[in-house]
Amino acid sequence: MAIDKRVQSAADGIGPVKDGAVVMVSGFGGAGFANILQDSLLEIGPRDITLVANSATHPFSHTHKLVEAGLVAKVIVTAARGRGSDLSPFELLWRDGKIELECVPQGSFSERIRAGGAGIPAFFTPPGYGTDLCAGKEVREFNGRPHVLETAITGDLALIRGDRGDRYGNVSFRFTQMNFGHAMATACGHTVAEVREALDEAMPQEEVQLPGVYVNSVVAVGGEP
Amino acid sequence: MSVLSRNQMAWRAAQDLPDGGVVNLGLGMPVLVSNYMPADRDIFLQSENGILGVGPEAEDGYEDRNLVDAGSRRITLRPGASIVDSASSFAMIRGGHIDVTILGAFEVAVNGDLANWDSRVPDKGPLVGGAMDLAAGAKSTWTLMQYNTRDGAPRLLQTCSLPLTAPGCVKRVYTDIAVVEVRAEGFVATEIIPTISAEDLRARTGASITVADDCRPLAAPTIED
Repeated sequence: MAIDKRVQSAADGIGPVKDGAVVMVSGFGGAGFANILQDSLLEIGPRDITLVANSATHPFSHTHKLVEAGLVAKVIVTAARGRGSDLSPFELLWRDGKIELECVPQGSFSERIRAGGAGIPAFFTPPGYGTDLCAGKEVREFNGRPHVLETAITGDLALIRGDRGDRYGNVSFRFTQMNFGHAMATACGHTVAEVREALDEAMPQEEVQLPGVYVNSVVAVGGEP
Repeated sequence: MSVLSRNQMAWRAAQDLPDGGVVNLGLGMPVLVSNYMPADRDIFLQSENGILGVGPEAEDGYEDRNLVDAGSRRITLRPGASIVDSASSFAMIRGGHIDVTILGAFEVAVNGDLANWDSRVPDKGPLVGGAMDLAAGAKSTWTLMQYNTRDGAPRLLQTCSLPLTAPGCVKRVYTDIAVVEVRAEGFVATEIIPTISAEDLRARTGASITVADDCRPLAAPTIED
């Protein structure tokens, strides 16, 4: 049977999500937030999820809705600071001990996810050495320089935003929309891509930035608001 | 000549960027450096979200929400630009392919230790982003900062009091009153504004500082804010 990964709705693409699932969400700096998929996840409503995203507090990402709804037990992020001096919903929950936080240097964050998708369980890397964020991590010297041991991050579900997708699950991105989406798609058991447009036929090979092998479902949602 | 304004500090740092170099500018004041790059030098600006070849900010009506830099600014691309995903972008940074990164700083220690990510504001969440990766990965790390805090306390210190971003990484410090190199023998002022004596500078520094034999007056053209 001819492969066709296109689905009618975000919920069809996501399917059932277990409580305690590890969910990765793409997006950085306003580009590539999988917001329609996040809204759908909110309705599905799994409890105690671990959220892996660049930021727990970015105002343009609907990540904050998942946090405010109390679905999130833990975040793994590079940023968790709300704008201004007032405390964001995430910061209030964190202050009250209701949500767990793991803050990771952004390069180690992206490489841990990449490693997770590439079958590498851990790696040594220089950033973070000698800092509070890497306190307690194993340190080893290579070429006269100390490195910290970072472990891979894998997940159950990746929600990513692309520009175009096709029936085979191939995805292209517009400008900086790609950010963490590529690595996240490789590191999760089930990946859903929301795209502006889903093609009936195969995307030209040279346009494919994320190969279909990493994508389970493609849902066309039109342009971003 | 009085103390340098933020724009003048950015201008001064820009004059030292290498022709043909790849440069990453941190959030805040360092981004201003892009406004003053010498016209006769061909420089590629890198941004952590995957851009090599950041151009000027997009003009009104020409913004694309998917073309942003790591500071969420809606930007353009320069000729020869390319975009990769976050994991590849940090491979570029960690792999030593960035010639210079200019970062903001709270504190710099005499051994080159940098503290620029956590000012210990109570209950506010952490925001590390790519600071640790840039400081550890770039060939040269420079900082752009006021010489003293608003309260007049020194930022150039024997030992950082705030959480470290990376140990031993800072090579040069551009400020409103002096340019200071971090050398094996400690802080060395290479440029000082004429209205400040060596004695004044020492009094405003939290570690011993020497004045270079060839120390010059720190000056910048008039720039309207």
